[in-house]
Amino acid sequence: MSTSPRATQQKFEPWTDPDAKPYVRIEKVTKKFGDFIAVDDVTLDIFKKEIFCLLGASGCGKTTLLRMLAGFERPTSGKIFIDGVDMTTIPPYERPVNMMFQSYAVFPHMTVEQNVAFGLKQEGVAKAELTKRVGDMLDLVRLGQFAKRKPHQLSGGQRQRVALARALVKKPKLLLLDEPLAALDKKLREHTQFELINIQETLGVTFIVVTHDQEEAMTLSTRVGLMNHGEIVQVGTPSEMYEYPNSRFVSEFIGSVNTFEGKLIEDEPSFVRIESADLDATIYVDHGVSSAPGATVWACIRPEKIQISREKPADADNWGSGIVRDIAYMGDASVYLIKLDSGKVVRVTQPNVYRHAEDRVTWDERVYVHWHASSPVVVTK
Amino acid sequence: MNWLRRWLPSGRTVVTSVPYLWLLLFFLIPFVIVLKISFSQSAIAMPPYEPLWQWASGKMLEIKVNLGNFAFLVEDNLYWRSYLNSIFVAGVSTLGCLLIGYPMAYAMARSSPSTRNILLLLAILPFFTSFLLRVYAWIGLLKNNGLVNNALMALGVIDQPIQMLQTDFAVYIGMVYSYLPFMILPLYANLEKMDLTLLEAAADLGSKPWEAFIKVTLPLSMPGIIAGCLLVFIPAVGEFVIPSLLGDPGMLMIGKVLWTEFFNNRDWPVASAVAIALLLFLVLPIMYLDRAQNQAGEDGERK
Repeated sequence: MSTSPRATQQKFEPWTDPDAKPYVRIEKVTKKFGDFIAVDDVTLDIFKKEIFCLLGASGCGKTTLLRMLAGFERPTSGKIFIDGVDMTTIPPYERPVNMMFQSYAVFPHMTVEQNVAFGLKQEGVAKAELTKRVGDMLDLVRLGQFAKRKPHQLSGGQRQRVALARALVKKPKLLLLDEPLAALDKKLREHTQFELINIQETLGVTFIVVTHDQEEAMTLSTRVGLMNHGEIVQVGTPSEMYEYPNSRFVSEFIGSVNTFEGKLIEDEPSFVRIESADLDATIYVDHGVSSAPGATVWACIRPEKIQISREKPADADNWGSGIVRDIAYMGDASVYLIKLDSGKVVRVTQPNVYRHAEDRVTWDERVYVHWHASSPVVVTK
Repeated sequence: MNWLRRWLPSGRTVVTSVPYLWLLLFFLIPFVIVLKISFSQSAIAMPPYEPLWQWASGKMLEIKVNLGNFAFLVEDNLYWRSYLNSIFVAGVSTLGCLLIGYPMAYAMARSSPSTRNILLLLAILPFFTSFLLRVYAWIGLLKNNGLVNNALMALGVIDQPIQMLQTDFAVYIGMVYSYLPFMILPLYANLEKMDLTLLEAAADLGSKPWEAFIKVTLPLSMPGIIAGCLLVFIPAVGEFVIPSLLGDPGMLMIGKVLWTEFFNNRDWPVASAVAIALLLFLVLPIMYLDRAQNQAGEDGERK
């Protein structure tokens, strides 16, 4: 296994290839519970060997979408194809899909071994092969020595691995993971994230992961699909989602962001200028935006892309002035909350590069915040 | 105040001692009395048995232990045949309760919360009427010119009434009917708390619904099945009212034998010996099942 989990995936971008055939195709799928629309006209292509994360707050429809892929819910309309086969009405027990449940749903009356063997027995796999596959899988998730234990004798992390092994031993075409790491503590979660990626690469299974944790989605996934109110808001690689959000919602959901509402006062193909009531200077952005002049837009700037200085910046654009209201020391970085004269609070993250820095700005000091013209992302919704 | 605290039992001791005291007063002491009588000899006296010990000539304590009552139980095949028949009848009744009660409990546990409460109420509703009355009602239903026979004749299914009352069939009906709630309630309590994602997991791993039932629901409901079976089986073995009202007068049931010994023959020692033997017959399998259930409970325990 590679030490750097992402290393082998550097050039893995099937979604950029127009000829690539999607492995999972979700076609205009809508799911209604009574009047409530849980999933609203979602169309999504997921490719082989991807780790695709469905990200969203609770109640956004991500779990319902996952359950439709597993076969526990039937779409109200639309179709689901897996490996080219229409799976829309196929019951769960006939799908080449396995799921890892949020609660793990490990059978409490069976040993670890029996849990993992359950699916294979159901398939009617011969005894010798079954023993071998179960043994191999238990070794892969490092549970070999716990084979004879019952679930209540295991820790949360071990139960999670039983659930994973039980799903993977069937060699599914597609593994669905519902909040796979939510029940683990922070250290174990980070460790397990990398383990999941390693296992995924070893077996070459396609993963679809549901999570509400954007950090988890960013570390795990090849691509993220952000959902809100049953709709897919944006699909992209983690860096696309972070650096090129297509709306305020996306920019605010993934990471933290400073959003300045303003009006386009200059709109050229190569640059735009925005006037915002919150800032003393105009915002100059060195790329074009497709929007009508005079329209309300939002400039989104990530906290780490803003600098703090005591001197007034030389540029005419892209700065504001305010008082340091709060400083949070995080170790690797410090977060400054700066209240601009307009009353808007700007969040700035500065790495703590030097160990000794008596000269750092401190509480109640008047400072200037400024940023590079390439930093803001301008969104129109 | 300290001395008071030292001498008065703590609140916890008081609370836990209540059930112990209860069992001591209403189970252990009566049991010891019955045990004592079972070792005594029948006599025409008041009470109708000879004392187990007495002071002979003032200084000698004379203890007379009579094992004859138990020997009598073994010698006369009426007793062990009654025991076996009672256990057989109770076993069949328990099986009947399980076969009818399990689907009912399952349906209750899987219905929507509002319907569930209504169904639960319906299951315990019979308790609002006297047990005796309900058994009497079955006489009205099963007798030769009763509701069932009349209905069948009116429909032309039969020409003459079927003899149902005073048969084993009527006893089984009465037993299953009377004890069904005792089967349903523990089963319902067990099935209701079952984690339904386990069934989804089973389906996900390739089990059809009935396979998931056999492999997941059934083993996980084992504690409920055992509890329900015990609650039905134990009282059913000693049942007296149902066989004497609905059954064949010649039907051998240990409860009836006990009644006869006690009231008709006025042989308290033999009646006590019957009761003690019955207790032993029941206690051993129950202890075994109880241990099995504890084991299952441990396995079923999660986290």
